[in-house]
Amino acid sequence: MDLSSINPVLLLASLMVAATPILLAAIGELVVERAGVLNLGVEGMMITGAVCGFVVAVATTSPWLGFLGAAIGGALLSLIFGFLTQFLLSNQVATGLALTLFGLGLSALMGQGYIGIKAPEFPDWYIPLLGDIPVIGPVIFQHDPMVYVGLAIVGGVWAFLKYSRAGLILRAVGENHEAAHALGYHVVRVRMLAIMFGGACAGLGGAYLSLVRVPQWTEGMTAGAGWIALAIVVFASWRPGRLLLGAYLFGGVTVLQLNLQAAGAAIGVEYLSMAPYLATIAVLVIMRAGRAPGSLGQSFHASR
Amino acid sequence: MIMLEKRPQPSRGWTFATPVVAVVLTMFFGGLLFAALGQDPLVTIRTIFLDPLFSEFAWFYRPQLLIKGAPLVLIAIGLSFGFRAGIWNIGAEGQYIVGAICGAAVGLAFYPMESFIIFPLMVIAGASGGLLWAMIPGLLRVRFGTNEILVSLMLVYVAEQLLASMALGALRNPDGMGFPGSRNLSQYESAANLEIIAGSGMHWGVLTAFLAVIVAYVALSRHIFGFNVRLSGQSPRAARFAGVNPGLLVLICMAISGALAGLAGLFEVAGPAGQISIDFNVGYGFTAIIVAFLGRLHPVGILLAGGLMALTYIGGEIAQSNLGLPIAAIQILQGMLLFFLLAVDVLTNYRITWARKIA
Amino acid sequence: MTEPLLRLSGLTKAYPGVVANKDVSFNIERGEVHALLGENGAGKSTLVKTIYGLVKPDSGTMTLEGQPFQPPEPRAARAAGVAMVFQHFSLFDAMNVAENIALGMENPPPQAEIAAKVRTVSDQYGLPLDPDRIVGELSAGERQRVEIIRCLLQDPKLLIMDEPTSVLTPQEVDILFETLRQLSAEGTAILYISHKLEEIRALCDNATVLRLGEVVGECDPRQTSARDMAELMVGTVLHVPEKADKPAGETVLALNGLSAKAPHRFGTPLRDITLEVRKGEVLGIGGVAGNGQDELVAALSGEMRTGKTMISYKGDAIGHLPPNARRKMGLLAAPEERMGHAAAPDMSLTENAILTAMTREKLTTKGFLHWGKARTFAEGVIAAFDVRTPGPQNAARSLSGGNLQKFVIGREIMQAPEVLVVNQPTWGVDASAAAAIRQALLDLAAKGAAVIVISQDLDELMEISDRFAALNEGRLSNPRPAKGLTVEEIGLMLGGAHDMEVAHVDA
Repeated sequence: MDLSSINPVLLLASLMVAATPILLAAIGELVVERAGVLNLGVEGMMITGAVCGFVVAVATTSPWLGFLGAAIGGALLSLIFGFLTQFLLSNQVATGLALTLFGLGLSALMGQGYIGIKAPEFPDWYIPLLGDIPVIGPVIFQHDPMVYVGLAIVGGVWAFLKYSRAGLILRAVGENHEAAHALGYHVVRVRMLAIMFGGACAGLGGAYLSLVRVPQWTEGMTAGAGWIALAIVVFASWRPGRLLLGAYLFGGVTVLQLNLQAAGAAIGVEYLSMAPYLATIAVLVIMRAGRAPGSLGQSFHASR
Repeated sequence: MIMLEKRPQPSRGWTFATPVVAVVLTMFFGGLLFAALGQDPLVTIRTIFLDPLFSEFAWFYRPQLLIKGAPLVLIAIGLSFGFRAGIWNIGAEGQYIVGAICGAAVGLAFYPMESFIIFPLMVIAGASGGLLWAMIPGLLRVRFGTNEILVSLMLVYVAEQLLASMALGALRNPDGMGFPGSRNLSQYESAANLEIIAGSGMHWGVLTAFLAVIVAYVALSRHIFGFNVRLSGQSPRAARFAGVNPGLLVLICMAISGALAGLAGLFEVAGPAGQISIDFNVGYGFTAIIVAFLGRLHPVGILLAGGLMALTYIGGEIAQSNLGLPIAAIQILQGMLLFFLLAVDVLTNYRITWARKIA
Repeated sequence: MTEPLLRLSGLTKAYPGVVANKDVSFNIERGEVHALLGENGAGKSTLVKTIYGLVKPDSGTMTLEGQPFQPPEPRAARAAGVAMVFQHFSLFDAMNVAENIALGMENPPPQAEIAAKVRTVSDQYGLPLDPDRIVGELSAGERQRVEIIRCLLQDPKLLIMDEPTSVLTPQEVDILFETLRQLSAEGTAILYISHKLEEIRALCDNATVLRLGEVVGECDPRQTSARDMAELMVGTVLHVPEKADKPAGETVLALNGLSAKAPHRFGTPLRDITLEVRKGEVLGIGGVAGNGQDELVAALSGEMRTGKTMISYKGDAIGHLPPNARRKMGLLAAPEERMGHAAAPDMSLTENAILTAMTREKLTTKGFLHWGKARTFAEGVIAAFDVRTPGPQNAARSLSGGNLQKFVIGREIMQAPEVLVVNQPTWGVDASAAAAIRQALLDLAAKGAAVIVISQDLDELMEISDRFAALNEGRLSNPRPAKGLTVEEIGLMLGGAHDMEVAHVDA
C-alpha cells in the first residue's frame, strides 16, 4: 500500500463533493421531520431524482435544467407519500418503504434507454481570489455550483427555522399537531409543503449523483445514500448545523475508503466498501440523539 | 366535501376486502401503465396473472410458484411479528444473505463427504446466521436506543459486500477455473435442498414455510406471546402495564424474523440457486415486506399474498420473454400494489362521509 | 337595553349518532363572568369550539357586538376579539414561553418585544412568568399562565376558559380568580366552563346549564345553592356513596423510603415515601397533577421497578417484582389514562380483560389463552358494573369515557384484590358513573381490601377516604384521618405555606 499517493488537499476537496448528495437529501428530510412527518422514502425519491435529472439534462444538454427536473420529479413522487399519509392517514413507515420500492422500479423503467450515456459537462466554478488561497482555495472554493447550492439550502433552512414565522409554525406543527390545530394552523397543508420540499431536495441529491459525481445513469446507483441521509438527520438531532457536520463526516469516510482502495490497501475492496455503512451504524450508536419532534411519525386526523 | 370519520371500531368486512380491492386497482392502473409502454393491457395482465396457472405451459410454471413463494412467505411470516409489535426489521434481505452464506459455508466445509447429518447442520447454521445478523440491530436498539430501521438496512449493504467477498474469496469454487461463485450445492447430495416430491417444486423450504404459517397462526391467535406482540404494537404503555418486557420482545421478534430470513436464504442457496454468487440475492427480503402488509400481517393472508407475489414474478418473466415487457415494470406493479393497499386501508378504520357545506 | 357582547341563538350541531348542541341560545354581556355548566358530554366543548371557530354549527347564528359572527377558523375568532384557554393546553413543550405566545397571536412582534410584553402583563396581573423558559419544564399552573398571557396580549373582548382549575393548587386557583376578577372589572367578558359548582358560585355572575346538548336552565349562581345547580345539571337527585365506619385492620402494604428517579425528561422523581396501608381502609392521596402520581402508581403496579425493600407486601419485599407477580399476590392497580395505558383502544373488551386478569383469573395454561373463559370474565365485569356496550367483542375505544372507566375499575375489582391502587378513578366521567365507581371502591374496602385512591378531586377524596395524604413534588405528607380535616389543613398538606381560601371545597 502506498499512502503517499493520497493527497490530503484533494482528499478534503473531494470530501465536500462526496458529502453533497447526502447533504441535500438530508436537509430536505430534516424539514419534513421537523414538521412531524417521517418519510422513509428518501432513497426512492433520490433515485427518481437521479434518473429525472439525467433524462432532462441529456435531452436539453443543460445540467441546470436537469437539476430542476430532478427537483420536480422528487417533489411529484413525494406527493404520493403526502397524499397517502396526510389525507388517507396511512402508516408513515410502511408508506415510506413503499415509496422507496416504487421509486427503485420507476427509475429503472425510466432510465432504460440511458444506460451508458454520458451526462453533459457541469464545470467547476473557479472563484477568483478565494480560489487562489493555497490549500483552502482548492478545498473549498473550486467546486461545481451545486456544492454551494447545497450549502445555501442548509443555511436557508437554518435561518427559516430559527427566525421566520413560517418556520415557527412548521416547528409547532411537528411538535404538537393537536395544539397547532387548536390554534387554527393548517397541519395538513404545512406538512404537504414540507413533504414536497423534502422530495425536491432528495431529487436534487439524486441528480447530483447521476450528473456530477458518477456522472452516468446506472440502476440502483444511490446504493443506500437515501438511508444514510435519514441516519444523518437523527445524528444531527434535527438541527441543520449538526447536519452539515454529519454529512461531511460521512463524506470523509467515503472519500477515505475510496482513496485507500486506490492506494491498494491490504484489506479487500469489499470490506472497504462496507466502511460508510458501518460508520453510519457506529455514529448512530455513539451519538445520543436529541429529542425528536413531539408528533414525529403520527397521523393527524382532526376530530371533533 | 368528502370527510373521514373514525369508526368506533375497525370494520371486519373491510379488513378482508381491502387486499382484494387493492389487487383490482393495481390490475387496472397496471394495465394503464402497460398501455403507456405500448403493450396490450389485457394481454399483459393475463400473461402476468393467469398464464403461470392456466396456460399450456402451466405444468412448468406451477412448481415455480412454490419455489418463488416459499422464501417470500417464510420471510414475511417472520417480519409480521415485529411489524405487529412496532419493531421494524427491514433488513431481512441482509439476514437472508448471511443465512445463505453461513449455511453454504457449513455444507462446503464437509465437501466431498456424504452424510445425512450435513443438511440439518446447514439448516441450523443458516437460521443462526440470519438470527445473529438480526441481533445486531436488535441489541443496539435495546441497549442504546438506536433506530433499528436504519441499522438493519445499513446491514443489507454490508451483507451484500460480504456476499461479494465470499463469492470471490473464501467460498469460491477451487475447481471453478477462477470464475466467481462457490461449488454448486444442489449437485452435492448431502447438502442439497432436494424436492420432496420430484417435479412438484416442493422442497424443504416450502414445507418449512407452510409449517411457519401454521405455527404463526397458533401463536398469534391462541398464545400469550402473540397477544403480547399485538398489544405492544397497539399500545406500548398498556403492554408495559400488562407486564410485557419491551426489550425482550424486541429481541425475540428480531430473532424470529432473522432466523426465518436466514432459513429462506439457506434453502435458496442449497436448492434453486445452488451456489453462493455475487448476484445471489434478488430482493426477496424487500418484496417480503409487501407480502407481509398485503397479507395484513396475518399468517393465512401472508400465504395468499406470497402466492400472488410469486405469481407476478413468474408472470413478469413470461411477459418479459414473450412480450418484451421490462422487468422494472413488475417492480413498479409491486410497489403500486402496496400503495393501493395502504390507500384503501383507510376504509378499515374510517368511514367516508359526504358532508354538505353549510351556507 | 344595549346589544349584548355575544348573542347565541339556536345553535345546533349534530354528529353521527349524537346531537352535541340542540337549539342553544344565551347572551354574554360585556365584563360579565358567565358560567357554562354541565356534565361531561353535555355539549360544553362543542359549544365553545363553535364560538372559537373550530366547529361549524349545522344551524343557528351568533352575533358579536351586534354584528353577525361566524368565524370560519380560530384566526378569525381571535381577530374579532375572542380568546380561549384550553383544558388540555395547546402548548408546545419543546419551545420556550415567548415562542408559544407568538404562536397564539396574529402578526406577532419580534421575540424580544414579546418577551418584554410578557414581563409587563405578568406583572400587571400578578402572573409571574419567565419568557425564556422551556414550556415542558413548567408546572401545570405556570403552563396555564402561558395560555392566559397569550390571550391577554391580544386584548380580548371575550375570554373563554375551559375547566381552568382542574390542574391548579388552591393557592393557584386564588391567583387565577383574582386575575379573572380584575379582567372582568376592566370590561373583558369571561365564559367560564366548569362542573365544579362551588367555584362557579365564588366567581360567576351568571350561569347557563347544559344537559345533553340543551340549555336546561339559567341562574344567578350567587343566589342558587350548589345542590339546586347540581340537580339542574344532572337531572336527577344524586346518590351519595355510603360509607360504613369500621376499625382498620392490619397493615398489608408498606412503603419504606420509596425513592425513584424520574422515568422521563418531564417526569417527577419519587422522594423517600414512607407509608403503611391497612386492610379495609381507603387511603386518599391528593395533589396537583404532575407531582408524582403517575410515578407512584407505576412503582406500585410494577411497571417501574424500585429497590427491593422499598415496597413490602404482607412483609415480603416486592419492589423488584414485575406487574404479573404482584397481581398474583393480590396487589392490583388501575392507572389514570384509560385509553392506551389501562386499556388498549383497538382491542376488544375480552382482550382488554386478558390484559390484567390473565394471572389471577387463570386465563392461560402454559401460555395458551382460554378465550371462552376470558369472554365470560369480561361479560361478568360488563354485567356487574353496568358497562353500556353491545358485548365484549367490541373495541375499547367504542365505549364512552365513563363506561370504559367502569370496565377498567371493574376488571380490577372483580379479581378480588387485597390491595387496589387507582389513579383518578372518576376523571372525565359523568356524575352517575362516578358515583357508581366510588361506591364500588367503598364496597371493596368494606370487604376487607385496602384501597389507595389517588385523585386531584379533593371533594371526592374527602367523601370516600378514611385517611388522607398529599403528594407534593414526589414527597408524600404524613397521612391523617380524613374526618374533620379543614380546608386550611389540606391546603398546607398540599404544599401551601401561606394562608389561603379554597373555593371549591364546601366548608
